[in-house]
Amino acid sequence: MRRFRTHILVFLAPAVIIYTAFMIYPLCDSLWLSLNNKTAFGQIFVGIENYLTLFRLDKWANPFWNALRNNTIFFVIHMVAQNPIGLLLAALLARRVRGSSIYRTIIFTPTILSVVIVGFIWKLILNPAWGISRSLLASIGLAGLDNPWLGLESTALVTLSLISVWQNIGIPMMLFLAALVRIPEDLMEAARVDGASPWTIFWRIQFPLILPTVGVVAVLTFVGNFNAFELIYATQGALAGPNFASDILGTFFFRTFFGYQLQPADPYMGATVAGVMLLIILTGVLIYLFGWQRRLQHIQY
Amino acid sequence: MMKSRFWQTVGTHAALLAYSALALLPVLLIILNSFKDRMTIFSDPFALPTGDTFSLDGYKTLTSTAHFELFFLNSFVVTASSLALILLVSSMAAFALAEYKFKFNLLSSLYLSIGIMVPIRLGTVGILRLMVSFHLVNNLWSLILVYTAQGIPLAVFILTVFMRQVPKDLKDAARIDGASEYRIYWLTLPLVRPALGSVLAISMLPIWNDLWFPLILAPGEATKTLILGAQAFMGEFVNDYGAVLAALTLAILPPVLLYLIFSRQLIRGITAGAVK
Repeated sequence: MRRFRTHILVFLAPAVIIYTAFMIYPLCDSLWLSLNNKTAFGQIFVGIENYLTLFRLDKWANPFWNALRNNTIFFVIHMVAQNPIGLLLAALLARRVRGSSIYRTIIFTPTILSVVIVGFIWKLILNPAWGISRSLLASIGLAGLDNPWLGLESTALVTLSLISVWQNIGIPMMLFLAALVRIPEDLMEAARVDGASPWTIFWRIQFPLILPTVGVVAVLTFVGNFNAFELIYATQGALAGPNFASDILGTFFFRTFFGYQLQPADPYMGATVAGVMLLIILTGVLIYLFGWQRRLQHIQY
Repeated sequence: MMKSRFWQTVGTHAALLAYSALALLPVLLIILNSFKDRMTIFSDPFALPTGDTFSLDGYKTLTSTAHFELFFLNSFVVTASSLALILLVSSMAAFALAEYKFKFNLLSSLYLSIGIMVPIRLGTVGILRLMVSFHLVNNLWSLILVYTAQGIPLAVFILTVFMRQVPKDLKDAARIDGASEYRIYWLTLPLVRPALGSVLAISMLPIWNDLWFPLILAPGEATKTLILGAQAFMGEFVNDYGAVLAALTLAILPPVLLYLIFSRQLIRGITAGAVK
């Protein structure tokens, strides 16, 4: 029987205490609040009633389903634009042409900036008052296409999604690049000797070998998108205009628990929105862990 | 055969060059115009500032109306303190998880890794209640503690992987010489310096760039961070292009400098976190 080793406790305690007190406890407290509500007699346990209110009562359900639908569109645009373009850029960088590392550094630059800054940069550029987008489009003969994209209900959400893609593309690019450069050169050289085109080599050799990274990128995109807030808040304000056309779960959560203008703060319903977001994110992560990662074969080079 | 190789290289350069322009030009446009007078910003946004059109009016508005030095200092204090705490407590925990066999080892690592995937933001209602009861609202400590909690999971995960690779012989030799376990932890740290650098680099920017927690926990004038201060300023002066462009330029500089200094560690950190 070994004696109790105090030093293990000393090493673990600070991290576990800070993490528990400021992350796990607040998450549990928030989940508990979502199962309660306040009445004339103080706080009482109401079970899943808040969740039913959120899903069904028009006053809550309309903005909630709107935000969820917008958030889904936001995510889909990232999946079809950000990740394939990120993969394409990584595949080009992996060819190791001269200056690759300079290209990589430049393309990653928007990713390191604050979302608030990126939002404002594009807000200025797309603002008809400055006219940058109009003169650029005019120079390629497409002046007729110019619109106040952030100000129209029909285009605001797609425009914001593309701004977010512009900023975040560096992350899939880096991850795909790291996976691509680990593939042994011999494999590709052998295919090249057999006369395979770069296109064939990419789809037959490189892509199957980076499938694990495809999964990582997808789940990171999912978690990041369903947790997004800053871009919409910085460019469109907490009301996620025009007329809530760009409202996503993050902005809806903010207005609900913090209150905004005429809407009073409601910690119980706020915690409920956070509970739904947690459920969505956990579902995504679990699908990834059990549906995707487990089926992959581990390859040793 | 040689010829098609050549054209492939040309095509690669063309595509990368085009995307680099798309990534960089919007940022350059902002910086460029922040040094021009109001007339030229609108009449000729793509021109470089010349002797006639050079102007620092935007920066003057900025310094006369907002306390950007204070906001910068707040951001610096919060980021530096959180990073120091993250590195210290995470390396200690990672050392324990990598070095010792004990009953709750696996359970502790699993518990600590929940936070890698679950965003801390979803506990905001609870965090705000906690900070109100500790009287830490509008106090920089609220941000430091939250960012430390947010940084711990990934830091412990990455550091544990690297601490496991430190050879056992070294540590056992030190033990034979009578070193305490605390001393051995201290001797291990320099051996995982690259990993500490990566953790530093990937934890830094999310803290510096965050808007959510400063907005909710520390919105007071005295505790605003640079990003919150810039956001409030730009919202208020939205029609004064010179001032907004100046604020944007000042806010772009710190992360770009940090990026240039730490890019190697950052790239290694991003891939270490996701691949392992």
